[in-house]
Amino acid sequence: MEMTGAEIFVRCLKEEGVDILFGYPGGAVLHIYDALYQQKDVSHVLVRHEQGAVHAAEGYAKSTGRVGVALVTSGPGATNAVTGIADAYMDSVPMVVFTGQVPTSLIGNDAFQETDSIGITRPIVKHNFLVKDVADLAATIKKAFYIASTGRPGPVVVDLPKDVTAARGPFKYPKSVHLRSYKPTVKGHPGQIKRAFDLIIKAERPIIYAGGGVILGKAADELTRFAKTLGYPVTNTLMGLGGFPGSDSQFLGMLGMHGTYEANMAMHHADVVIAVGARFDDRVTGNVEKFCPHAKIVHMDVDPASISKTVKVDVPIVGEVKEILKDLLVLLHDSGKKPNASALQNWWKQIEEWRALECLKYDRDSELIKPQFVIERLHALTGGDAYVTSDVGQHQMWTAQYYKFDKPNRWINSGGLGTMGVGLPYAMGVQMAHPDETVICVTGEGSIQMCIQELSTCLQYGLPLKVVLLNNRYLGMVRQWQEFFYQGRYAMSYMDALPDFVKLAEAYGHIGMRIQHPQDVDGALKEALSMNDRLVFMDFITDERENVYPMIPAGAGQNEMILI
Amino acid sequence: MRHIISILMENESGALSRVAGLFSARGYNIESLNVAPTHDPTLSRMTLVTHGNEAIMEQIVKQLNKLIDVVKLMELEEAPAVERELMLIKLRADGEAREEVKRLSDIFRGRILDVTNKIYTIELTGTSDKLDAFVEAVGESRILEVVRSGAMGIARGERVLRA
Repeated sequence: MEMTGAEIFVRCLKEEGVDILFGYPGGAVLHIYDALYQQKDVSHVLVRHEQGAVHAAEGYAKSTGRVGVALVTSGPGATNAVTGIADAYMDSVPMVVFTGQVPTSLIGNDAFQETDSIGITRPIVKHNFLVKDVADLAATIKKAFYIASTGRPGPVVVDLPKDVTAARGPFKYPKSVHLRSYKPTVKGHPGQIKRAFDLIIKAERPIIYAGGGVILGKAADELTRFAKTLGYPVTNTLMGLGGFPGSDSQFLGMLGMHGTYEANMAMHHADVVIAVGARFDDRVTGNVEKFCPHAKIVHMDVDPASISKTVKVDVPIVGEVKEILKDLLVLLHDSGKKPNASALQNWWKQIEEWRALECLKYDRDSELIKPQFVIERLHALTGGDAYVTSDVGQHQMWTAQYYKFDKPNRWINSGGLGTMGVGLPYAMGVQMAHPDETVICVTGEGSIQMCIQELSTCLQYGLPLKVVLLNNRYLGMVRQWQEFFYQGRYAMSYMDALPDFVKLAEAYGHIGMRIQHPQDVDGALKEALSMNDRLVFMDFITDERENVYPMIPAGAGQNEMILI
Repeated sequence: MRHIISILMENESGALSRVAGLFSARGYNIESLNVAPTHDPTLSRMTLVTHGNEAIMEQIVKQLNKLIDVVKLMELEEAPAVERELMLIKLRADGEAREEVKRLSDIFRGRILDVTNKIYTIELTGTSDKLDAFVEAVGESRILEVVRSGAMGIARGERVLRA
């Protein structure tokens, strides 16, 4: 059947089950927008800046596990999308971004709104394609979705010259994809799994260190069963939160730079570390020379390049963590072997001593609003069951520490790239994917201003987000580092001339609230959460001097934390 | 340590820059790089010479394998292999030195491709070391121009790299 490239594009999205597309029109994609206008299967969300489209697609993907899709025009449309693409690359988000391109006859001529989108995005994509012939369009889109969603997921960019979307060509959507150069490993090697099992079952001071791969690999149930069967302690990375129930007694909290004392001390003293879909990021390891000095390390990961990249591991297993955990559970069941109960008892005794330090305590009698308190109350009042996005900085760490995520895909943040400005557009994507769920964006007065224009998108689509702004009038994490490491020289970390956020929210057609006293926190949160049909922007005026504790300073080991 | 990696990759525009980009983005070193289509026109064969310790080499190989356009690769020195590089070199060959240059070329099994009354243009093949030795032997002052292909390699015996 013959149709235009733009029509083929729309049909391909339908074949892939895409229900929502986030985008922004422009000259190079006008044919596509015309085709979108004439159908009802794929709905399009008009953002206010291309960066918002890509982050919204990420939020959609991170909260559903499905591929997020964004559409932008050529030139500035594509360059504005770059931050979101890089963000998705660092956090392994399955996403396909379509960029318009000038007609093939003009490519290379410095044409109006021309940019080498393929060249610009090459280092920040899993793969990218320039479609030069309408006959290749459907097969290329099929490949793009396949690559984005399999193996270690990631963003794929498809560059669409305007003439290709106008040309007529045959539409035949391939049923399957075969790429001779791309065959992600699914099952772990049985010999390696057996070696890992022998190490795991004999461990005396074990710890399970689980990362974002558990969420991306939809392996939270398997991880939980694995940990529960063994009775071993679990720590999550920032990206792994929710992969194991945060309220479970076996959970030690997050590890790393702002992780808990008990999680970091347990890592430091462990004899066997079981890394599941985690990548030994520098914010987790601290100084690699001092990392887990006593441990044998088992590392399961779908990406072989993540294994032994920063820390040499003893038993690598390449494959999908869900499959590997299932195989380990079978071995555990069939072998009849049990963990070393007495050693484990001693280990837990030690861990409880570390836990008794209560590293997350803070001043509960303060007359100023403590940011930790807001997050704690938010957790309580949402029953721990909301979808929570954050921006980047202190508020992100506090949310990770104090909102105990029990389920996967509930915690949406920018871990790898650390992109300020993601919180609001992430939340739009999450709310679009989950229209009946409570979606909260925790943010700071620095971050929120980086994509604040999306408040307008929220009004257009009636997204009842709840924005929790922890407003401390400082770029808090920068200020904290300046206080600790630059003798209090607060260079450019004070946010002078802030807008009146209540009026700003109202100007965008939403409800604004300002909360200045601890006793008003609960009432404001309850009122906001009860408004199911309105976006409520809560401006919490918090203690400007509050810091994120505990902290492992740069270059230090996991046992060298700064406690409050 | 010097390593030679043979890479079979899709013969598509952009594939070369993906490899080159990977090396620059991750701070790996490329000593030389040689690429051309194979008998199967959908595939290109690249030979890449790099330096690195064991951990770096492990990462280079893994990261290369991650590129969608890379079909297969081989670390050549893991088994016996043949390495060759082609050099075209233009030398000043006048006066008394004319005979000397000819003699050196013969010793290194060079072929004189072009002659003028002052210049010899010589073709030489061999390992990169051998070519270095020739360059040293003729001396900086005689050299007008050097073109080198970068090393190419192929495994000995049954070991093959194919899609």
